[in-house]
Amino acid sequence: MTHLPGLLDTEAIRKDFPILDRMVHDGKRVVYLDNAATSQKPRQVLDALSGYYERHNANVHRGVHVLAEEATALYEGARDKVAHFVNAPSRDEVIFTKNASESLNLVANMLGWADEPYRVDSDTEVVITEMEHHSNIVPWQLLAQRTGAKLKWFGLTDDGRLDLSNVEEVITEKTKVVSFTLVSNIMGTVNPVEEIVRRAQEVGALVVVDASQAAPHMVLDVQALQADFVAFTGHKMCGPTGIGVLWGRQELLEDLPPFLGGGEMIETVSMHSSTYAPAPHKFEAGTPPVAQAVGLGAAVDYLSAIGMDRIAAHEHALTSYAVERLREVPDLRIIGPTTAEDRGAAISFVLGDIHPHDVGQVLDEQGIAVRVGHHCARPVCLRYGIPATTRASFYLYSTPAEVDALVDGLEYVRNFFG
Amino acid sequence: MKLDSMYQDVILDHYKNPHGRGLRDGDAEVHHVNPTCGDEITLRVRYEGDRIADVSYEGQGCSISQASASVLNELLVGKELAEARRIQETFLELMQSKGQLTPDDAMEDVLEDAVAFAGVSKYPARVKCALLSWMAWKDATAQALDDSAAKERTP
Ligand SMILES: Cc1ncc(COP(=O)(O)O)c(C=O)c1O
Repeated sequence: MTHLPGLLDTEAIRKDFPILDRMVHDGKRVVYLDNAATSQKPRQVLDALSGYYERHNANVHRGVHVLAEEATALYEGARDKVAHFVNAPSRDEVIFTKNASESLNLVANMLGWADEPYRVDSDTEVVITEMEHHSNIVPWQLLAQRTGAKLKWFGLTDDGRLDLSNVEEVITEKTKVVSFTLVSNIMGTVNPVEEIVRRAQEVGALVVVDASQAAPHMVLDVQALQADFVAFTGHKMCGPTGIGVLWGRQELLEDLPPFLGGGEMIETVSMHSSTYAPAPHKFEAGTPPVAQAVGLGAAVDYLSAIGMDRIAAHEHALTSYAVERLREVPDLRIIGPTTAEDRGAAISFVLGDIHPHDVGQVLDEQGIAVRVGHHCARPVCLRYGIPATTRASFYLYSTPAEVDALVDGLEYVRNFFG
Repeated sequence: MKLDSMYQDVILDHYKNPHGRGLRDGDAEVHHVNPTCGDEITLRVRYEGDRIADVSYEGQGCSISQASASVLNELLVGKELAEARRIQETFLELMQSKGQLTPDDAMEDVLEDAVAFAGVSKYPARVKCALLSWMAWKDATAQALDDSAAKERTP
């Protein structure tokens, strides 16, 4: 077995993830390399979910009975855990949503309905990048269409990085908001936050960071990032589906208007008008995803106990190994950075002229789960003139043996279509 | 092995040596995409009365979608519209059968090489690939016939 410095004790970790023992296609143990799409869940999270429903389930913030109080304490406890996990100055800055997409739509709508000085309108500009997930493109396109604001973006270099050579022309005095991904879900690129934030601050633009592919894999410190909003999604970081997070700076959350209205987000309601609860509740209309928040809290505990720095080191070692091994595969071209420097654990590639759909299908038959397609980042495929990619993505339980299985699998694919 | 039921030799042959690929003159052109995977096809149809004179196409896609377009060209060019519709409906029925339908002789007579796609119907994610060009053909035909009907109405 291959031993690389920096690897975690995956033998122990894998025991926490029942699904990793799953056999597929006539007795092959599944090799799960689709972690950028969603991660698997450890026993600890599954237990937290069923424990919540078996012993504490009630609606939150509304009852005086024991169960309601316990449910509320668990839900708000999850908020504390998440706040701590991202080093938020205040727990009230953590808004629970249903996923990263909702978090990003929430910010776009806050700004669309805001008064000065935040208001996005036809005299202003919104900046994104060409490597965004559709969830960080479409909400801004909608905002631009509805307000008349101009949508601009940073392009990409040939090796899969942001082209910031024209940063001063892209981010200007008219820019109200700059929204970009910390780590690309399709190419794995880790973006230079500081440089973008510096320019945004110079012109007084707000900064939104899509940390969906960062929060699961590295230390995430919202204060160090110096962003105004940070969005991520629970299901990619060992949590359940149906829970996402938007962190926002307190003064902004106080000033900006709510988006969704309903129960929970109000202070008083009359037939003529309403006043709103303080943040974060102002932005959490209706019954929240309580069990899912509790599950995310358990996921954050699980990841923290292992250590985000150690998880990052593990993935870095594995990614270096994978990049090196993939280079041995004839006709394989990596789309994105070709070394492990400043890159995360998602690796996209094309294999000769074999369509990714076919690559994925033949890998699946060998028990290897990868993702194929445009990965909700179609502009990246257009930029590099390819219809789609095959993407392998790793996590804390991934092993060098799984990288080897992928490389062998690709050899098989080549022979199959050769 | 199970894969062989999807990747029949007939399919791989059509994929490697597609029939009628490339865009030629047509009465209507459509562009269809499969948003889940990025497969795309541009397809043109040309009619001589009720007879399909040509189906030409260009596209990017997996072996299943490309082979399916090639088979479509081979099967439909030269056919009368009513016959072509019957073939299209039979192919749709086969593809929606979730692997439960074993083509009988009658079906084989209608579908010829296209029966090779029976195995694909077991893979829900791939059924859309196989149907991409057929849906494009149906759409292009509707447009072409609409246009010619409109022309007949306005002298
Ligand atoms: C970078 C990035 N942003 C946003 C999202 C959207 O996450 P979700 O689908 O959970 O809203 C994803 C994941 O699909 C992603 O990878």
